[in-house]
Amino acid sequence: MTERPLSPHLSVYRMSRYTLLTSILNRATGLGLTVGLILLVYWLVAVASGPSAYRVAHTVLSLGVLKAVYVILLATFSYHLVAGIRHLIWDTGHGLERAQAKRSAALVVILTTLIFVGLAWWALHAGVRTP
Amino acid sequence: MSLRSPLATVLGHGSAKEGVHHWWMQRLTSVALVPLTVWFVVSLLSLPSFDHATISVWMGQLWTAVFLILLVLTAAWHSQLGVRVVVEDYVHGHGPKALVLALVTFFHVVVAVAGVLAILKVALGGAA
Repeated sequence: MTERPLSPHLSVYRMSRYTLLTSILNRATGLGLTVGLILLVYWLVAVASGPSAYRVAHTVLSLGVLKAVYVILLATFSYHLVAGIRHLIWDTGHGLERAQAKRSAALVVILTTLIFVGLAWWALHAGVRTP
Repeated sequence: MSLRSPLATVLGHGSAKEGVHHWWMQRLTSVALVPLTVWFVVSLLSLPSFDHATISVWMGQLWTAVFLILLVLTAAWHSQLGVRVVVEDYVHGHGPKALVLALVTFFHVVVAVAGVLAILKVALGGAA
């Protein structure tokens, strides 16, 4: 029983394949968004704890390191959203042919980039609006 | 007739017909999270300021509170389903796997309860 081959099978797959890359990225971004959920709940609890507690949390959440995290989270959200919708379309039985999957993989990359750039641009302007 | 012993089903080793439920719940929460997360990101970026007064007023609005609660619950559920599969794939051995899965479940319940309670407290006027 214990001698069975166990995942992750990092050596048996060709890592350059778009199918593998889009799949593992969906999982990685999912885990990243779990971190985002933790940050969100930390922020919600801080708001509920009153103005003085919120000030502390606001200082923590405004750290430079976390600003980089928010940029990554925006990219992560954009990818997981688009790739997730691709999975939902697959679940209806559409787009499963190899050529279609290759085209939709490219479409995922394009849409993710567009959404991420749009959101990042907006976030930057929101930052300018608030001193 | 199933040849699987009731004990095997109880221990959770192998199929206990749980897979379809997991799969379906992951799809349901995905579909719900599309509008919820888009609403949240758009709302967050539309906020004029992140000071306590502004955020409290925003969180206190009925529909904001409703969507925030739905977001936290659905995201926690979806996250739990996703992290569970990662643990099932990469943590080997029944003992460690069961322990990590239990911790993952507890953690997500704490996140969900804390998030919902925080939103309710602000929405119901508990935050000073």
